[in-house]
Amino acid sequence: MNLEPAIAIHDLCFTAKDRTILHNLNGVFYKGKITTLVGPSGAGKTTLLKICNGLLAPSSGDILIDRQPIEEYEPTSLRRKVGIALQSAPILRCSVHENLALPRTLQGKQLTEEEAAAVLENVQLDSSFLHREAEELSGGQKQRLSIARTLINQSDILLLDEITSALDPSSAKEIEELILKINRKYGVTIIWITHNLQQARRVSDFTWILQNGKLLASGNASILENSEIPAVQQFLNGGAQ
Amino acid sequence: MTYGTLSLTLIFIFIPFLLSKSLKLSLEKDITIATVRSVIQLLAIGYVLHFIFGTDNYVYILLMILLMITVATLNARKKGVGIPGITWKIAITLLTVELVTQGVLLGLGIVPATAQYIIPISGMMIGNAMVLSVLFLNRFRAELEANENEIELILSLGGTPKQAVHRHLMSAIKASMIPTIEAQKTIGLVQLPGMMSGQIIGGADPIQAVQFQILIIFALLTCATLASVILGFLVYPTLFNERMQRIAVLRK
Ligand SMILES: Nc1ncnc2c1ncn2[C@@H]1O[C@H](COP(=O)(O)OP(=O)(O)OP(=O)(O)O)[C@@H](O)[C@H]1O
Ligand SMILES: [Mg+2]
Repeated sequence: MNLEPAIAIHDLCFTAKDRTILHNLNGVFYKGKITTLVGPSGAGKTTLLKICNGLLAPSSGDILIDRQPIEEYEPTSLRRKVGIALQSAPILRCSVHENLALPRTLQGKQLTEEEAAAVLENVQLDSSFLHREAEELSGGQKQRLSIARTLINQSDILLLDEITSALDPSSAKEIEELILKINRKYGVTIIWITHNLQQARRVSDFTWILQNGKLLASGNASILENSEIPAVQQFLNGGAQ
Repeated sequence: MTYGTLSLTLIFIFIPFLLSKSLKLSLEKDITIATVRSVIQLLAIGYVLHFIFGTDNYVYILLMILLMITVATLNARKKGVGIPGITWKIAITLLTVELVTQGVLLGLGIVPATAQYIIPISGMMIGNAMVLSVLFLNRFRAELEANENEIELILSLGGTPKQAVHRHLMSAIKASMIPTIEAQKTIGLVQLPGMMSGQIIGGADPIQAVQFQILIIFALLTCATLASVILGFLVYPTLFNERMQRIAVLRK
Protein backbone atom coordinates (compact mmCIF):
# COMPACT_ATOMS: atom_id res chain seq x y z
CA MET A 1 0.00 0.00 0.00
CA ASN A 2 1.32 3.39 -0.93
CA LEU A 3 0.67 5.78 1.93
CA GLU A 4 1.11 9.50 1.45
CA PRO A 5 0.97 11.93 4.37
CA ALA A 6 -1.88 14.44 4.24
CA ILE A 7 -0.82 16.00 7.53
CA ALA A 8 2.57 15.38 9.11
CA ILE A 9 3.22 16.53 12.65
CA HIS A 10 6.69 17.02 14.13
CA ASP A 11 7.39 17.75 17.79
CA LEU A 12 4.15 19.65 18.17
CA CYS A 13 3.61 21.44 21.48
CA PHE A 14 0.75 23.70 22.46
CA THR A 15 0.70 25.84 25.57
CA ALA A 16 -2.13 28.09 26.71
CA LYS A 17 -1.95 30.29 29.78
CA ASP A 18 1.23 28.56 31.00
CA ARG A 19 -0.43 25.13 30.73
CA THR A 20 0.98 22.61 28.29
CA ILE A 21 -1.98 21.09 26.51
CA LEU A 22 -0.13 19.13 23.80
CA HIS A 23 3.28 17.60 24.52
CA ASN A 24 5.64 16.80 21.70
CA LEU A 25 3.27 15.08 19.32
CA ASN A 26 4.73 13.27 16.33
CA GLY A 27 2.82 11.41 13.66
CA VAL A 28 1.15 11.35 10.29
CA PHE A 29 -2.46 11.44 9.11
CA TYR A 30 -2.51 9.53 5.83
CA LYS A 31 -4.03 10.81 2.66
CA GLY A 32 -7.39 9.32 1.74
CA LYS A 33 -7.62 7.45 5.04
CA ILE A 34 -9.85 7.77 8.07
CA THR A 35 -7.93 8.31 11.29
CA THR A 36 -9.88 8.46 14.52
CA LEU A 37 -8.71 10.39 17.57
CA VAL A 38 -9.83 8.88 20.83
CA GLY A 39 -8.97 9.62 24.42
CA PRO A 40 -10.45 10.95 27.61
CA SER A 41 -12.05 14.34 27.91
CA GLY A 42 -9.43 17.07 28.14
CA ALA A 43 -6.82 14.99 26.28
CA GLY A 44 -6.27 17.75 23.73
CA LYS A 45 -8.11 16.24 20.77
CA THR A 46 -10.08 19.37 19.86
CA THR A 47 -6.98 21.49 20.34
CA LEU A 48 -5.07 19.32 17.86
CA LEU A 49 -7.80 19.67 15.21
CA LYS A 50 -8.01 23.43 15.70
CA ILE A 51 -4.26 23.66 15.11
CA CYS A 52 -4.61 21.64 11.87
CA ASN A 53 -7.40 23.97 10.67
CA GLY A 54 -5.27 26.99 11.53
CA LEU A 55 -7.54 28.35 14.27
CA LEU A 56 -4.73 27.96 16.80
CA ALA A 57 -1.01 28.33 16.28
CA PRO A 58 1.30 25.66 17.70
CA SER A 59 3.64 26.92 20.42
CA SER A 60 6.45 24.92 18.83
CA GLY A 61 6.95 22.17 16.29
CA ASP A 62 6.01 21.82 12.65
CA ILE A 63 2.94 20.81 10.74
CA LEU A 64 3.06 19.96 7.06
CA ILE A 65 -0.14 19.87 5.03
CA ASP A 66 0.47 18.08 1.71
CA ARG A 67 4.19 18.41 2.52
CA GLN A 68 3.96 22.17 2.77
CA PRO A 69 4.43 23.99 6.10
CA ILE A 70 1.07 25.07 7.46
CA GLU A 71 2.19 28.67 7.92
CA GLU A 72 2.90 28.98 4.19
CA TYR A 73 -0.80 28.66 3.39
CA GLU A 74 -2.96 31.74 3.25
CA PRO A 75 -5.18 31.31 6.35
CA THR A 76 -8.59 31.39 4.64
CA SER A 77 -7.58 28.94 1.91
CA LEU A 78 -5.98 26.65 4.50
CA ARG A 79 -9.26 26.60 6.41
CA ARG A 80 -11.21 25.68 3.29
CA LYS A 81 -8.73 23.01 2.33
CA VAL A 82 -8.68 21.56 5.84
CA GLY A 83 -12.33 21.87 6.85
CA ILE A 84 -13.52 21.39 10.40
CA ALA A 85 -16.87 20.51 11.96
CA LEU A 86 -16.38 22.04 15.39
CA GLN A 87 -17.65 20.35 18.53
CA SER A 88 -19.17 23.63 19.72
CA ALA A 89 -20.26 24.94 16.31
CA PRO A 90 -23.17 27.29 16.84
CA ILE A 91 -26.17 27.41 14.55
CA LEU A 92 -26.72 30.98 13.42
CA ARG A 93 -30.04 32.67 14.13
CA CYS A 94 -31.31 32.59 10.55
CA SER A 95 -32.82 30.07 8.17
CA VAL A 96 -31.41 26.61 7.51
CA HIS A 97 -30.55 27.71 3.98
CA GLU A 98 -28.60 30.73 5.20
CA ASN A 99 -26.75 28.56 7.70
CA LEU A 100 -25.82 26.11 4.96
CA ALA A 101 -24.80 28.87 2.60
CA LEU A 102 -22.47 30.51 5.14
CA PRO A 103 -19.21 29.10 3.69
CA ARG A 104 -20.29 30.43 0.28
CA THR A 105 -21.51 33.76 1.60
CA LEU A 106 -18.10 34.29 3.16
CA GLN A 107 -16.65 34.07 -0.36
CA GLY A 108 -19.32 36.32 -1.79
CA LYS A 109 -20.96 33.38 -3.57
CA GLN A 110 -24.43 31.85 -3.58
CA LEU A 111 -25.70 28.41 -2.70
CA THR A 112 -28.61 27.48 -4.93
CA GLU A 113 -31.76 25.83 -3.57
CA GLU A 114 -30.91 22.64 -5.49
CA GLU A 115 -27.40 22.44 -4.10
CA ALA A 116 -28.67 23.12 -0.60
CA ALA A 117 -31.39 20.50 -0.89
CA ALA A 118 -28.87 17.92 -2.14
CA VAL A 119 -26.51 18.58 0.77
CA LEU A 120 -29.37 18.39 3.25
CA GLU A 121 -30.42 15.08 1.80
CA ASN A 122 -26.90 13.76 2.39
CA VAL A 123 -27.35 14.34 6.12
CA GLN A 124 -30.89 12.93 6.10
CA LEU A 125 -32.63 16.27 6.46
CA ASP A 126 -35.65 16.87 4.29
CA SER A 127 -35.41 19.78 1.85
CA SER A 128 -38.59 21.19 3.44
CA PHE A 129 -36.29 22.30 6.27
CA LEU A 130 -34.51 24.80 4.01
CA HIS A 131 -36.74 27.73 4.87
CA ARG A 132 -37.25 26.89 8.51
CA GLU A 133 -35.53 28.88 11.22
CA ALA A 134 -32.44 26.88 12.14
CA GLU A 135 -33.02 27.68 15.82
CA GLU A 136 -36.16 25.53 15.75
CA LEU A 137 -34.32 22.33 14.81
CA SER A 138 -33.76 19.58 17.36
CA GLY A 139 -30.28 19.01 18.80
CA GLY A 140 -29.58 16.13 16.44
CA GLN A 141 -30.91 18.03 13.42
CA LYS A 142 -28.67 20.96 14.29
CA GLN A 143 -25.70 18.65 14.48
CA ARG A 144 -26.51 17.31 11.01
CA LEU A 145 -26.91 20.85 9.68
CA SER A 146 -23.54 21.73 11.15
CA ILE A 147 -21.87 18.78 9.35
CA ALA A 148 -23.61 19.70 6.12
CA ARG A 149 -22.37 23.28 6.43
CA THR A 150 -18.78 22.10 6.79
CA LEU A 151 -19.21 19.87 3.70
CA ILE A 152 -20.09 22.89 1.53
CA ASN A 153 -16.41 23.86 1.29
CA GLN A 154 -15.55 20.46 -0.27
CA SER A 155 -12.33 20.26 1.68
CA ASP A 156 -9.47 17.88 0.83
CA ILE A 157 -9.13 17.09 4.51
CA LEU A 158 -12.07 16.93 6.91
CA LEU A 159 -11.66 17.32 10.65
CA LEU A 160 -14.69 16.02 12.53
CA ASP A 161 -15.16 16.72 16.22
CA GLU A 162 -17.80 14.56 17.92
CA ILE A 163 -20.21 14.94 15.03
CA THR A 164 -22.62 12.22 16.14
CA SER A 165 -22.71 12.83 19.90
CA ALA A 166 -26.29 14.17 19.80
CA LEU A 167 -27.65 11.48 17.46
CA ASP A 168 -29.47 8.24 18.16
CA PRO A 169 -27.56 5.10 17.09
CA SER A 170 -29.31 4.70 13.75
CA SER A 171 -28.86 8.37 12.75
CA ALA A 172 -25.26 8.14 13.90
CA LYS A 173 -24.75 5.15 11.60
CA GLU A 174 -26.25 7.05 8.68
CA ILE A 175 -23.79 9.89 9.26
CA GLU A 176 -21.01 7.31 9.45
CA GLU A 177 -22.12 5.99 6.07
CA LEU A 178 -22.07 9.48 4.65
CA ILE A 179 -18.54 10.14 5.89
CA LEU A 180 -17.37 6.77 4.59
CA LYS A 181 -18.93 7.61 1.22
CA ILE A 182 -17.21 11.00 1.10
CA ASN A 183 -13.96 9.27 1.99
CA ARG A 184 -14.31 6.50 -0.62
CA LYS A 185 -15.89 8.49 -3.43
CA TYR A 186 -13.83 11.67 -3.27
CA GLY A 187 -10.74 10.38 -1.48
CA VAL A 188 -11.17 12.95 1.26
CA THR A 189 -8.82 12.47 4.21
CA ILE A 190 -10.77 12.22 7.46
CA ILE A 191 -9.60 12.90 10.99
CA TRP A 192 -12.39 12.06 13.33
CA ILE A 193 -12.70 12.61 17.07
CA THR A 194 -15.13 10.27 18.74
CA HIS A 195 -15.90 9.16 22.26
CA ASN A 196 -17.68 6.12 20.93
CA LEU A 197 -15.15 3.30 20.71
CA GLN A 198 -17.59 1.09 18.76
CA GLN A 199 -17.83 3.84 16.19
CA ALA A 200 -14.05 4.21 16.14
CA ARG A 201 -13.70 0.47 15.54
CA ARG A 202 -16.22 0.62 12.70
CA VAL A 203 -14.74 3.54 10.79
CA SER A 204 -11.00 3.65 11.51
CA ASP A 205 -8.28 2.90 9.05
CA PHE A 206 -5.94 4.28 11.68
CA THR A 207 -6.37 5.55 15.18
CA TRP A 208 -4.55 7.76 17.65
CA ILE A 209 -5.07 7.44 21.37
CA LEU A 210 -4.39 10.68 23.19
CA GLN A 211 -4.24 11.26 26.91
CA ASN A 212 -3.16 14.37 28.80
CA GLY A 213 -1.80 15.90 25.63
CA LYS A 214 0.41 12.94 24.82
CA LEU A 215 0.09 10.35 22.08
CA LEU A 216 -0.26 7.07 23.99
CA ALA A 217 -0.50 4.88 20.93
CA SER A 218 -1.20 5.06 17.24
CA GLY A 219 -1.65 2.46 14.54
CA ASN A 220 -4.37 0.65 12.70
CA ALA A 221 -7.75 -0.01 14.23
CA SER A 222 -6.57 -3.22 15.89
CA ILE A 223 -5.00 -1.21 18.69
CA LEU A 224 -8.55 -0.41 19.76
CA GLU A 225 -9.15 -4.10 20.46
CA ASN A 226 -6.26 -4.90 22.67
CA SER A 227 -3.07 -3.28 23.77
CA GLU A 228 0.04 -4.21 25.65
CA ILE A 229 0.41 -0.67 26.92
CA PRO A 230 -1.25 -0.61 30.36
CA ALA A 231 -2.51 2.99 30.03
CA VAL A 232 -4.16 2.18 26.69
CA GLN A 233 -5.68 -1.03 28.04
CA GLN A 234 -7.03 0.95 30.97
CA PHE A 235 -8.56 3.55 28.65
CA LEU A 236 -10.09 0.88 26.41
CA ASN A 237 -11.63 -0.91 29.40
CA GLY A 238 -12.78 2.22 31.13
CA GLY A 239 -14.01 3.95 28.00
CA ALA A 240 -15.77 1.00 26.34
CA GLN A 241 -19.44 1.65 25.73
CA MET B 1 -22.94 85.78 43.07
CA THR B 2 -20.38 86.23 45.86
CA TYR B 3 -18.27 83.39 47.26
CA GLY B 4 -20.19 83.96 50.49
CA THR B 5 -23.51 83.19 48.83
CA LEU B 6 -21.93 80.30 46.93
CA SER B 7 -20.70 78.75 50.17
CA LEU B 8 -24.33 78.49 51.32
CA THR B 9 -24.76 75.83 48.64
CA LEU B 10 -22.55 73.55 50.71
CA ILE B 11 -25.89 72.62 52.29
CA PHE B 12 -26.36 70.50 49.18
CA ILE B 13 -23.25 68.57 50.20
CA PHE B 14 -24.26 68.18 53.83
CA ILE B 15 -27.62 66.60 53.01
CA PRO B 16 -26.18 63.60 51.16
CA PHE B 17 -23.28 63.48 53.62
CA LEU B 18 -25.57 63.21 56.65
CA LEU B 19 -27.90 60.77 54.92
CA SER B 20 -24.98 58.61 53.91
CA LYS B 21 -23.76 58.58 57.50
CA SER B 22 -27.11 57.80 59.11
CA LEU B 23 -28.03 55.13 56.52
CA LYS B 24 -24.47 53.71 56.64
CA LEU B 25 -24.06 54.02 52.87
CA SER B 26 -20.36 54.72 53.52
CA LEU B 27 -20.25 57.23 50.69
CA GLU B 28 -18.89 60.04 52.90
CA LYS B 29 -15.35 59.65 51.66
CA ASP B 30 -16.42 59.66 48.00
CA ILE B 31 -18.70 62.63 48.56
CA THR B 32 -15.88 64.58 50.19
CA ILE B 33 -13.44 63.72 47.41
CA ALA B 34 -16.00 64.57 44.74
CA THR B 35 -16.77 67.90 46.41
CA VAL B 36 -13.17 68.93 46.84
CA ARG B 37 -12.23 67.83 43.34
CA SER B 38 -15.12 69.56 41.63
CA VAL B 39 -14.46 72.82 43.46
CA ILE B 40 -10.74 72.80 42.72
CA GLN B 41 -11.13 71.65 39.10
CA LEU B 42 -13.87 74.13 38.30
CA LEU B 43 -12.14 77.07 39.96
CA ALA B 44 -8.92 76.20 38.19
CA ILE B 45 -10.65 75.96 34.82
CA GLY B 46 -12.49 79.21 35.55
CA TYR B 47 -9.23 81.04 36.06
CA VAL B 48 -7.61 79.35 33.08
CA LEU B 49 -10.54 80.32 30.83
CA HIS B 50 -10.54 83.85 32.25
CA PHE B 51 -6.89 84.09 31.28
CA ILE B 52 -7.32 82.56 27.82
CA PHE B 53 -10.35 84.70 26.96
CA GLY B 54 -8.31 87.68 28.05
CA THR B 55 -5.43 86.98 25.69
CA ASP B 56 -7.45 85.28 22.87
CA ASN B 57 -4.20 83.70 21.75
CA TYR B 58 -4.68 80.61 19.57
CA VAL B 59 -1.71 78.83 21.13
CA TYR B 60 -3.52 78.73 24.46
CA ILE B 61 -6.72 77.52 22.82
CA LEU B 62 -4.76 74.75 21.16
CA LEU B 63 -3.05 73.79 24.41
CA MET B 64 -6.39 73.72 26.16
CA ILE B 65 -7.86 71.37 23.54
CA LEU B 66 -4.83 69.09 23.71
CA LEU B 67 -5.19 69.00 27.48
CA MET B 68 -8.85 68.03 27.17
CA ILE B 69 -8.03 65.26 24.69
CA THR B 70 -5.23 63.97 26.91
CA VAL B 71 -7.34 63.83 30.04
CA ALA B 72 -10.28 62.24 28.20
CA THR B 73 -7.96 59.66 26.60
CA LEU B 74 -6.38 58.68 29.90
CA ASN B 75 -9.84 58.30 31.37
CA ALA B 76 -11.37 56.23 28.56
CA ARG B 77 -8.41 53.91 28.02
CA LYS B 78 -9.05 52.18 31.34
CA LYS B 79 -11.96 50.40 29.64
CA GLY B 80 -9.66 49.10 26.94
CA VAL B 81 -6.89 47.53 28.99
CA GLY B 82 -5.20 44.80 27.02
CA ILE B 83 -5.92 46.27 23.59
CA PRO B 84 -2.59 47.03 21.93
CA GLY B 85 -2.15 50.76 21.34
CA ILE B 86 -5.50 51.63 22.93
CA THR B 87 -4.21 55.01 24.16
CA TRP B 88 -3.37 56.13 20.64
CA LYS B 89 -6.53 54.67 19.21
CA ILE B 90 -8.69 56.66 21.62
CA ALA B 91 -6.58 59.79 21.16
CA ILE B 92 -6.93 59.57 17.36
CA THR B 93 -10.68 59.04 17.74
CA LEU B 94 -11.13 62.08 19.98
CA LEU B 95 -8.87 64.21 17.81
CA THR B 96 -10.81 63.30 14.67
CA VAL B 97 -14.13 64.07 16.33
CA GLU B 98 -12.76 67.46 17.44
CA LEU B 99 -11.31 68.27 14.01
CA VAL B 100 -14.47 67.33 12.12
CA THR B 101 -16.90 69.15 14.40
CA GLN B 102 -14.80 72.28 14.74
CA GLY B 103 -13.95 72.09 11.06
CA VAL B 104 -17.62 72.36 10.16
CA LEU B 105 -18.50 74.92 12.82
CA LEU B 106 -15.57 77.22 12.19
CA GLY B 107 -15.01 76.41 8.53
CA LEU B 108 -18.55 77.37 7.58
CA GLY B 109 -18.50 80.29 9.99
CA ILE B 110 -21.37 78.87 12.03
CA VAL B 111 -19.75 80.06 15.23
CA PRO B 112 -17.12 82.80 15.63
CA ALA B 113 -13.54 81.55 15.92
CA THR B 114 -12.97 82.81 19.42
CA ALA B 115 -11.96 80.99 22.60
CA GLN B 116 -15.36 81.73 24.10
CA TYR B 117 -16.98 79.41 21.54
CA ILE B 118 -14.21 77.01 20.62
CA ILE B 119 -13.34 75.86 24.12
CA PRO B 120 -16.79 75.06 25.55
CA ILE B 121 -17.95 73.36 22.35
CA SER B 122 -14.71 71.36 22.16
CA GLY B 123 -15.23 70.34 25.76
CA MET B 124 -18.70 69.04 24.97
CA MET B 125 -17.56 67.18 21.86
CA ILE B 126 -14.48 65.63 23.43
CA GLY B 127 -16.34 64.75 26.63
CA ASN B 128 -19.14 63.15 24.70
CA ALA B 129 -16.75 61.25 22.45
CA MET B 130 -15.01 59.99 25.59
CA VAL B 131 -18.27 58.68 27.03
CA LEU B 132 -19.09 57.08 23.67
CA SER B 133 -15.68 55.40 23.57
CA VAL B 134 -16.25 53.91 27.00
CA LEU B 135 -19.76 52.77 26.07
CA PHE B 136 -18.48 51.27 22.85
CA LEU B 137 -15.61 49.38 24.49
CA ASN B 138 -17.88 47.95 27.20
CA ARG B 139 -20.45 46.90 24.68
CA PHE B 140 -17.94 45.43 22.23
CA ARG B 141 -16.35 43.38 25.01
CA ALA B 142 -19.77 42.00 25.99
CA GLU B 143 -20.69 41.22 22.35
CA LEU B 144 -17.43 39.36 21.82
CA GLU B 145 -17.74 37.38 25.02
CA ALA B 146 -21.24 36.28 24.09
CA ASN B 147 -20.25 35.30 20.55
CA GLU B 148 -16.79 33.71 20.67
CA ASN B 149 -18.19 30.46 19.24
CA GLU B 150 -19.72 32.20 16.26
CA ILE B 151 -16.51 34.11 15.57
CA GLU B 152 -14.57 30.86 15.71
CA LEU B 153 -17.08 29.19 13.38
CA ILE B 154 -16.74 31.88 10.73
CA LEU B 155 -12.95 31.80 10.91
CA SER B 156 -12.97 27.98 10.75
CA LEU B 157 -15.02 28.04 7.54
CA GLY B 158 -12.55 30.36 5.84
CA GLY B 159 -14.00 33.74 6.80
CA THR B 160 -11.79 36.74 7.46
CA PRO B 161 -11.52 38.45 10.86
CA LYS B 162 -13.61 41.28 9.48
CA GLN B 163 -16.38 38.90 8.46
CA ALA B 164 -16.14 37.14 11.81
CA VAL B 165 -16.65 40.27 13.91
CA HIS B 166 -18.68 42.40 11.54
CA ARG B 167 -22.09 41.72 13.08
CA HIS B 168 -20.82 42.15 16.63
CA LEU B 169 -18.89 45.30 15.77
CA MET B 170 -21.99 46.81 14.20
CA SER B 171 -24.24 45.97 17.12
CA ALA B 172 -21.71 47.43 19.58
CA ILE B 173 -21.50 50.61 17.49
CA LYS B 174 -25.26 50.82 17.32
CA ALA B 175 -25.81 50.11 21.01
CA SER B 176 -23.30 52.75 22.06
CA MET B 177 -25.06 55.39 19.93
CA ILE B 178 -28.56 54.69 21.18
CA PRO B 179 -28.35 56.74 24.41
CA THR B 180 -27.33 59.83 22.42
CA ILE B 181 -30.23 59.45 20.01
CA GLU B 182 -32.75 58.61 22.74
CA ALA B 183 -31.67 61.60 24.81
CA GLN B 184 -32.40 63.87 21.87
CA LYS B 185 -35.91 62.56 21.49
CA THR B 186 -37.01 63.94 24.87
CA ILE B 187 -34.68 66.90 24.98
CA GLY B 188 -36.34 70.02 26.34
CA LEU B 189 -39.48 68.20 27.46
CA VAL B 190 -38.31 67.27 30.91
CA GLN B 191 -34.95 68.69 31.50
CA LEU B 192 -33.42 71.72 29.87
CA PRO B 193 -29.97 70.88 28.56
CA GLY B 194 -27.19 72.17 30.82
CA MET B 195 -25.69 74.54 28.31
CA MET B 196 -29.02 76.08 27.42
CA SER B 197 -29.97 76.48 31.08
CA GLY B 198 -26.64 78.15 31.70
CA GLN B 199 -27.16 80.61 28.87
CA ILE B 200 -30.69 81.44 29.98
CA ILE B 201 -29.61 81.97 33.58
CA GLY B 202 -26.73 84.06 32.27
CA GLY B 203 -29.32 86.33 30.70
CA ALA B 204 -29.28 85.20 27.08
CA ASP B 205 -32.41 85.30 24.97
CA PRO B 206 -34.08 81.82 25.21
CA ILE B 207 -34.49 81.67 21.43
CA GLN B 208 -30.80 82.22 20.93
CA ALA B 209 -30.05 79.69 23.66
CA VAL B 210 -32.24 77.17 21.86
CA GLN B 211 -30.50 77.84 18.55
CA PHE B 212 -27.18 77.07 20.14
CA GLN B 213 -28.57 73.98 21.76
CA ILE B 214 -29.82 72.71 18.41
CA LEU B 215 -26.39 73.27 16.94
CA ILE B 216 -24.89 71.29 19.81
CA ILE B 217 -27.26 68.32 19.61
CA PHE B 218 -26.70 68.05 15.87
CA ALA B 219 -22.96 68.14 16.37
CA LEU B 220 -23.25 65.56 19.15
CA LEU B 221 -24.85 63.12 16.71
CA THR B 222 -21.85 63.36 14.41
CA CYS B 223 -19.64 63.15 17.44
CA ALA B 224 -21.31 59.95 18.70
CA THR B 225 -21.29 58.27 15.29
CA LEU B 226 -17.71 59.17 14.49
CA ALA B 227 -16.41 58.17 17.91
CA SER B 228 -17.86 54.66 17.94
CA VAL B 229 -17.23 53.97 14.25
CA ILE B 230 -13.61 55.18 14.27
CA LEU B 231 -12.76 53.44 17.53
CA GLY B 232 -14.51 50.27 16.36
CA PHE B 233 -12.55 50.08 13.14
CA LEU B 234 -9.29 50.86 14.93
CA VAL B 235 -9.85 48.24 17.62
CA TYR B 236 -11.25 45.18 15.83
CA PRO B 237 -8.08 44.29 13.85
CA THR B 238 -6.13 44.00 17.11
CA LEU B 239 -8.33 41.07 18.16
CA PHE B 240 -6.57 38.86 15.61
CA ASN B 241 -2.99 38.10 14.64
CA GLU B 242 -1.65 38.06 11.09
CA ARG B 243 -2.53 34.36 10.80
CA MET B 244 -6.20 35.41 11.33
CA GLN B 245 -6.25 33.72 14.72
CA ARG B 246 -8.27 35.17 17.57
CA ILE B 247 -5.89 36.33 20.27
CA ALA B 248 -6.52 37.06 23.92
CA VAL B 249 -7.53 40.72 23.40
CA LEU B 250 -10.92 41.62 24.98
CA ARG B 251 -11.36 38.03 26.01
CA LYS B 252 -12.19 36.51 29.36
N1 LIG C 1 -8.22 28.48 25.23
C1 LIG C 1 -7.82 27.66 26.21
N2 LIG C 1 -7.13 28.16 27.24
C2 LIG C 1 -6.71 27.35 28.23
N3 LIG C 1 -6.93 26.05 28.27
C3 LIG C 1 -7.60 25.49 27.26
C4 LIG C 1 -8.08 26.25 26.18
N4 LIG C 1 -8.72 25.43 25.33
C5 LIG C 1 -8.64 24.20 25.87
N5 LIG C 1 -7.96 24.24 27.02
C6 LIG C 1 -7.63 23.09 27.87
O1 LIG C 1 -6.89 22.20 27.10
C7 LIG C 1 -7.19 20.86 27.44
C8 LIG C 1 -7.54 20.09 26.20
O2 LIG C 1 -8.77 20.60 25.70
P1 LIG C 1 -9.46 19.97 24.42
O3 LIG C 1 -10.71 20.72 24.20
O4 LIG C 1 -8.47 19.90 23.31
O5 LIG C 1 -9.78 18.50 24.94
P2 LIG C 1 -10.59 17.34 24.22
O6 LIG C 1 -9.67 16.16 24.16
O7 LIG C 1 -11.17 17.82 22.96
O8 LIG C 1 -11.72 17.06 25.30
P3 LIG C 1 -13.27 16.66 25.06
O9 LIG C 1 -13.26 15.20 24.72
O10 LIG C 1 -13.90 16.92 26.38
O11 LIG C 1 -13.80 17.52 23.97
C9 LIG C 1 -8.29 20.93 28.47
O12 LIG C 1 -7.72 20.71 29.73
C10 LIG C 1 -8.83 22.33 28.36
O13 LIG C 1 -9.25 22.79 29.61
MG1 LIG D 1 -13.05 18.23 22.35
